[in-house]
Amino acid sequence: MARINRPVSRRQAWWLLATAIAASLPLLQHVPLWLSIAAGLAFAWRAVLTWRHWRLPPRWLLIPLVIAGAVGVFLQYRTIVGRTPGIALLLVFLALKLLELRAARDAVVTALLCYFLVLGQFLFTQTIPTAMLACLTVLITTAALLAASDDRPAPRQQVYRAGLLLAQAIPFMLLLFLLFPRVQGPLWGIPQDRFTAVSGLSDTMTPGSIAQLSQSDAIAFRVRFKGTVPPQSQLYWRGPVMPSFDGRSWRVAQTLAAYPTIPYDGAGTPVDYEVTLEPHGKHWLFALEMPANLPPDSAMTSDYQPIAREVVRNRLRYTQSAWPDSHAGANETRAALRAALALPAAGNPRIRAISAGWQATHGDNGAAIVAAAEDLFNRQLLTYTLNPPLLGPDMVDEFLFDTKRGFCEHFAAAFVFSLRAAGVPARVVAGYQGGETNPVDGYLEVRQYDAHAWTEAWIAGRGWVRIDPTAISAPSRVSSNLAAAVPAGEGLPFLARSDMAWLKELRYRLDAVTNGWNQWVLGYNPQRQRDLLASLGLREPDWRSMTAILSILSGIVLLVLTVWILRNRQRVDPALTAWRRFTARMARLGIVWQAWEGPLQFAERAARLTPQHARDIVEIAALYAGLRYGPNPRPDDLSRLKSRIASFRP
Amino acid sequence: MMFATLRNRLHENFVRWAMRVRPPEPAPIVLSQRRVYVLPTPAGVAYTMALGVILLGAMNYNLSLGHALVFLLAGLGIVAILHTFRNLVQLSLRPGRCESVFAGEQARFDLIVENLRPDARTSLRIFFQDGQPLEIDVGPSASAIASLGLHTARRGWLPMPRVTIETTWPLGLVRAWSYAAPDLACLVYPAPAAKAPALTWSGDDAQGATRDGRGADDFSGLRKHQVADPPRHVAWKAVARQQDGPLLTKLFSGAAAQRLWLDWDNLPAAMGAEQRLSVLARWMLDADAAGLAWGLRMPAVRLEPDNGPAHLAAGLRILALHDHGPD
Repeated sequence: MARINRPVSRRQAWWLLATAIAASLPLLQHVPLWLSIAAGLAFAWRAVLTWRHWRLPPRWLLIPLVIAGAVGVFLQYRTIVGRTPGIALLLVFLALKLLELRAARDAVVTALLCYFLVLGQFLFTQTIPTAMLACLTVLITTAALLAASDDRPAPRQQVYRAGLLLAQAIPFMLLLFLLFPRVQGPLWGIPQDRFTAVSGLSDTMTPGSIAQLSQSDAIAFRVRFKGTVPPQSQLYWRGPVMPSFDGRSWRVAQTLAAYPTIPYDGAGTPVDYEVTLEPHGKHWLFALEMPANLPPDSAMTSDYQPIAREVVRNRLRYTQSAWPDSHAGANETRAALRAALALPAAGNPRIRAISAGWQATHGDNGAAIVAAAEDLFNRQLLTYTLNPPLLGPDMVDEFLFDTKRGFCEHFAAAFVFSLRAAGVPARVVAGYQGGETNPVDGYLEVRQYDAHAWTEAWIAGRGWVRIDPTAISAPSRVSSNLAAAVPAGEGLPFLARSDMAWLKELRYRLDAVTNGWNQWVLGYNPQRQRDLLASLGLREPDWRSMTAILSILSGIVLLVLTVWILRNRQRVDPALTAWRRFTARMARLGIVWQAWEGPLQFAERAARLTPQHARDIVEIAALYAGLRYGPNPRPDDLSRLKSRIASFRP
Repeated sequence: MMFATLRNRLHENFVRWAMRVRPPEPAPIVLSQRRVYVLPTPAGVAYTMALGVILLGAMNYNLSLGHALVFLLAGLGIVAILHTFRNLVQLSLRPGRCESVFAGEQARFDLIVENLRPDARTSLRIFFQDGQPLEIDVGPSASAIASLGLHTARRGWLPMPRVTIETTWPLGLVRAWSYAAPDLACLVYPAPAAKAPALTWSGDDAQGATRDGRGADDFSGLRKHQVADPPRHVAWKAVARQQDGPLLTKLFSGAAAQRLWLDWDNLPAAMGAEQRLSVLARWMLDADAAGLAWGLRMPAVRLEPDNGPAHLAAGLRILALHDHGPD
C-alpha cells in the first residue's frame, strides 16, 4: 500500500476549521467561559495561519498548551470523567489539533473528534432542532473528510457529494436504528451529572410550593387512553402521598416499597392507558387513581403509590390501568392510621375547637365528620387564587378564618388538619389533576401547572376515600382546568390561558410533533423494539432473531445499493465503436492502431503507408477526433463518420 | 528480519493468487470485480473504533440520537466501501510505449488507463512495488497515461514489473486495490563508457579506418573538434594560425563521406565483454553526433555502415541484446 502523507493543504485546513466550529459552537454554552474563549482564540489563530500562509506553531509550544488545557479542565471540575469534563477535554484536543494539521492523518483525527462532539450535543438535548443542527455538523464533517482525500472540488460540490453519500447511508441507518438489538443503559455506573435539575413535584409540600409549579407549562407526562377518556373530574394522577406534618410542611413517609402487587380489590370499569413520563429525578410513577397494576420494575408503597426501582432519569413509558372506584386500605395497619392522625402539640386553636365539636357530635363516624368538614369549607366562602397572602404560624386558622384565600395546598392542608383534629385519619396526596387532550395526536397532555394536592380520609369499612377540598370552593378547577378556576388577571402560564386560540393551535401541533419524536425516535427502546417486531409477527423476538432479520434486510439494502452504484453504464460511445470497426479494417492492411497513438497521428502514419487511401483515412480520423475530443461536434458528424467508415473498402 | 521475509513471501503468494493470471497478461487488462480487493485503511480502522466508542456512549446514556448518529456513520462506512470499489473496478489497463534508455537511466513505462464508464475516476494511485506512487484521474469515458519510472541497472530487456493500482477515494477510509502485469518491456542499452579510448579505425585500412568514396576530399567547412573525430581531419593549419584556439575539424560533404567500422575484435583483449559494449556504445553515440556513417562488427552480427537515428537504434539494440539470445 502506498503510504502518502501529504501535508494538509489550505483548502483542507479551511474545511477542518469549518467543521471544528460547527461541532463546537453548540457546546460552548455548556463549558466554562475560559475554555470557550481559548477555543475561539485557537480557531482564530488557525484562520490567520491559513489565510496568511504562516507556519504551524512548533510542537514544543503545543504540548504544554494541551497539558495546560487538560489541567484547566481538571481544576474546573475536579475530575476528567463524566459528561461536561469529557466534552471540555475533547474541545481542548480539537482546538489544538487544528494547530498541528501536518498530514492527512491529522485531518482524519480532526473529523473523528468532530463526530464525537456531535454525540456530546446529545448528552444535553435531543430535541428536533438539535438533531437538525447535528445533521448539518455531520454534513460539514463528512465534506471535510472528502476534502481530506481530494481537495480539488469546489466547496459546494464537496457538500453535494457529502450529502449524496449520507443520503445513501440513510437506509442502513433506518434499518440499524429499528433492528439493531437495543440494550437498556446504563452499561456502567450512572453518570451523575447527566441529569440537571428538572421541575416537578417535590417530596415536601409547603404553602406556595405547588403554586410555584403552576407557573410552568412544561409537560409532566403524556397519556394515551385505550378507550374513551374518563371525565375531567376523574383524572386524579396519584403522586407522592404525604402523611407527616410538622406544623408547616407535609412530607412523604420514609418507607420503602411495601407491596410487590396491588393490595386491594378492583371496583368500577377498568381504564387502560399508556403513560409517557418525562424524567423528573424522583422514583414516582404517576397513575390514575386507583392503579390496577404495576409497571415493570416498580412496586407500591405502603400508602399505595407506584414507585420505580430506579430514579426516573429518562423518559419512561409504561402501560397502566386503573380502577376508578377502588378504595385501598380497608384493613389498614394501626401504624399507618396512627401516622395519619399525628398533629403538632399546639397551634391552630380555632379549627381544633371546631373539630373537637364534630368529634363530640359524631363520635367515630368518619363519614359524618368528613361531611361536617366539607360543610365548613363550603360555608367559609374560600377563594382559590394563585397569589395567596403570606400566613403566620397558625396557618390553618388564618387561612380558614382570616385571609380565606389560598391555593390547593392550603385547602388540602387545612382539610387534613381539621379531620385529624376530629380523630379521622387523613393525609395529603400530591399529584396532577386533569390534563388537556391535544387534538392533533389525541394524547392527553398533563403539564406542570396541572399539579394539584388533594386529601384522602380513612373511613372504617371503606378504606381511604378521596376528598378534594379545592373542588368544594372552586369546582371548576376540577371539572375544567386551572384557568377556569382562578380569578381573571392572575398570572397564568401562557398555555393555561384559554384565549389566543391560534397560538394555542400552533403549540398543539408543535407538541404533537415533539411527542411523535419522543415516542418514536427518542423513546425507541428495547421495549418499543420488541413491540414493533411483535407487531410484524415475530413472536418472542430475541437478539438472535433480530440480528438475523437485520442481516437479511441489510443484505438486501446492500445489494440494491450495490446494483445501483455499480450499475453498468458502459454505454460505449458510438463514435468509438465506429472507429474500432475502422481500425480493424486498417489492421487487415497491416497497419495496426497503436494504443498510444492519437487518431490524427495514426491517420498520418497510415496515409504515408497507404497513399492510395490517404484521403479517406485522414477525413475519417478528423471526423472521429472532432466527435471525441472536439469542443462542439456537429449533430450529423456521427452519421457522417458511420457512413464514411461503412463505405471505406481498402 | 525473519518476519519481514516471511511477510514478503506471504505477500508474494497472495499477489500470485490474486492476479490469477501468470504475468505478463494479455491486453487489455480489465480490473474485474474478482480481482479488486477492499480493506479498511488505518484511518478506516480508527473510524470503526470511534464508532464503537460512540455506540457505547449512546448505550450508556440511553441516547437515541447517539444510536442514530452511529448508525448513520456506519452506513456511511458501508457506502464508502462501495464507492471506493466502484472507483477502481472495470478500469482497463493497456501497455503503452516504453522508450529505450541507457543502463543507469530511468526507464519510463507508459500504462494507458482507460475508463469505460461515463463518470470520472478520481485519485487513482499507480506504483511499482516499493516505487513512488503516481496519482492520476481519468475522466468520464476517457483514458489517461500513467508514466511510471523505474531505475535501470543492466542492459537487455527489462520487463515492466507488476503494478499495483489502488484508490482510497472518496473518504480515505477504505482502500481498493488490484495488481496487473501488463505485457511491456523496456530495451536497456549498455551505459556508454565515460572514458572511451579514442575511436580506432578498423577494417581494410592498416590505420583502422576504412575510407572510401571521393566525398572525403570535398572539403565543406570547419567545426569544433570532438573526441570522436579522426585525428586526420583536424585542421592543423587553422590551429597553427590561431594559437590557443580550439581544435577544429575539417568537414567533408556527402552523407557517406566517412565510413568507419566499430569493431568488437579490435578492442584490447584485456577488456571484458560489458566494457567492450560500453565503449562501442560510446563510439556509436560519438560517431552519430559527428554525422559519420559507421558500421558495427560483432562476433556474430554485422551492421553495414549507415547513419541516422534508426541506424543508431539498431546498433544499440545489438549491443543491448549481445549474448542474450535471439530477440
